Amino acid sequence: MKVLWFHLMPYQDLPEDFKDKHNSVWVDIDPALFDPLRGHQHYHEYMDQLEYAATAGFDGICVNEHHSNAYGLMPSPNLIASTLARNTKEAAICVLGNSVALYNPPTRVAEEMAMLDCISGGRLIAGFPVGTPMDTCYAYGQNPSNLRERYYEGIDFIMQAWHANRPFSFNGRYNQQRYVNCWPRPIQKPNPPVWIPGGGSVETWQMCAKRSFVYANLSYFGHQASMTHIKGFWGEMQRLGKEPNPYQAAFLQFVGVAETRAEAEKLYAGPADYFYNRCLHTDPSYANPPGYTSEATVRARVTSQVLRAAEESRKATRSGGGAKFFDEGHVVIGSPDEVAEKLLAVCKEMHVGHLLLLLQFGNMSSELTKYNTDLFAKKVLPQIRHLYEDEWEDHWWPTGMPKNLPKAQTQSRTTVGAAAE
Amino acid sequence: MSSYKERFVETPLGQTRIWEKGRGKKVGYFGGLYGVPQWTPFLDKLSETRRVVVPSLPGFPGGPSSEPLDGLLDWIIAAHDSFVAAGLDGADLIGASVGGALAAECAALWPDSVRKLVLIAPFGLYDQNEPVADVFAQRPGQAAALVSQKPTDLASYLSVPKDGDAGEWEVQALRANIASAAVIWPLGNTRLIKRISRIVAPTLLVWGENDRVIPSSYARRFADGIAGKTRIRLVKKAGHLADFDDPKGVARSIDSFLAA
Repeated sequence: MKVLWFHLMPYQDLPEDFKDKHNSVWVDIDPALFDPLRGHQHYHEYMDQLEYAATAGFDGICVNEHHSNAYGLMPSPNLIASTLARNTKEAAICVLGNSVALYNPPTRVAEEMAMLDCISGGRLIAGFPVGTPMDTCYAYGQNPSNLRERYYEGIDFIMQAWHANRPFSFNGRYNQQRYVNCWPRPIQKPNPPVWIPGGGSVETWQMCAKRSFVYANLSYFGHQASMTHIKGFWGEMQRLGKEPNPYQAAFLQFVGVAETRAEAEKLYAGPADYFYNRCLHTDPSYANPPGYTSEATVRARVTSQVLRAAEESRKATRSGGGAKFFDEGHVVIGSPDEVAEKLLAVCKEMHVGHLLLLLQFGNMSSELTKYNTDLFAKKVLPQIRHLYEDEWEDHWWPTGMPKNLPKAQTQSRTTVGAAAE
Repeated sequence: MSSYKERFVETPLGQTRIWEKGRGKKVGYFGGLYGVPQWTPFLDKLSETRRVVVPSLPGFPGGPSSEPLDGLLDWIIAAHDSFVAAGLDGADLIGASVGGALAAECAALWPDSVRKLVLIAPFGLYDQNEPVADVFAQRPGQAAALVSQKPTDLASYLSVPKDGDAGEWEVQALRANIASAAVIWPLGNTRLIKRISRIVAPTLLVWGENDRVIPSSYARRFADGIAGKTRIRLVKKAGHLADFDDPKGVARSIDSFLAA
């Protein structure tokens, strides 16, 4: 199994009365709550954490995209990924991802991801989410009635741009371009592995199954919530007669490790409370613009996770909060052995080969994040990474640089002094 | 309400449902945000004096799929196609809300097609100082109160009929919402301002005084832009769906405007 260290980059200074005084963490959040000097600290702290995770033994580090959002300070994950690509050596750089329909033309995504693949030496995982309604339809004003179609066309555009060996014209429904010519080109051939972060959209399951993309279920509510969606994906794979390789699936889990469960509860209750009761304080008004949820998904009765987040947030407000995030598995906590046992059981049950971890969440300090990361890397990781190792091959992992290149071509960092010698 | 007739006509997009009732001069009706999922007291009242013809617009209940439509021009052509296919070419036309935006466009682009025009709180224009409300970003249950002064009646009108299939009804409502979004997302500004002066038909602007979606001051903006003769009728105790909130009053005003 591959284990990736994921960061949302939450803003940590939302006031205690945020839920009472503010409408939503997203879309219409008060700009006055953002202190740019705090932003400066956050970015450096968070990039340090990601770089640290890359050296601590995690297989990959992971960034994502949100807009007008206080729990996700990465409107442009590519900016963060580019510095990570430069400052890390082995770990996969997982960009989960670029919301394709927001970029006009999609050439921009093809180019920037090709740049990242070149800078990192073939370590890029290219994530293409449709993006949440808040990010796409509200913060970026996209029309929900055609968002998904634009998104699918955008993915086709990017894949063609990466594969074409000469400039070509793209004559799509939403994109028309006389000259498509992606320069630079990605190192990984024919393309970097494509992962699709998704919830319970039937079309997403079908696309991943048909096009051999990784289906990455990103839920704030842990394995119990992911179970239904992941099973929906495997159901689709079976229906289409595809091989059930666990590496074609990924899921996200919040985790807090300590010496004992009691200690973990004490350490992580604060950050979890901050995340679930402030960061997830979203307005349900923004959760379901017309067309964002497709007819097929409505017919399949799959609940959207953003709608659920918004509803849960309101419910918690009414009931005065509560720490059910541990009991219901939204956050898996415990001693290293307990956490390892739980994660193994969950990954086996869901048949998932890529585990994305949020070991920093809410207002967790750098010290606690390092503690959580170290303890996980030293005592949990060795117990879980063997899963699937001898049974399945991961076809969705970055290939890195081609083997047997002359040394000069593989050198990823050259100091000014060394260059002058 | 006594029964209305249903028939189907072919349009380039596919089969289109027409509902019809009454005798006398024909008047067409383009429905608003939700289309016309059920016959309404307003249409019924109006049919006492006129032959009311309701073509279903693409995406809305009874209409062909709106999936092939891309830009606004596609929508305008499709609306005009259903108007003509319903046998309304040259007749009077009423358009409400989203249907009002499309009715205004039809009157602007095909001036001979529309004899007299009635716009009930149409979308299409936008003023930064008095922005149009966001009808889509609404919590469940709140949209009805935003668009109508009779939210309970509206909720009941929009809910599945006793003999209906709840699942299909939900999908039909979703399609109507998608169609509305396709036309007016994100601001309700279809840039009608560029074409409004081509409207030469005598036009009645009907507006709920308590319209919380498009302020009633927009009635003046429309009246100022339209080249034809205009009249404004503000409806007391009515919101955005003025013909739903005051069916009798609005039907009477329209009838006398069309008769004059």
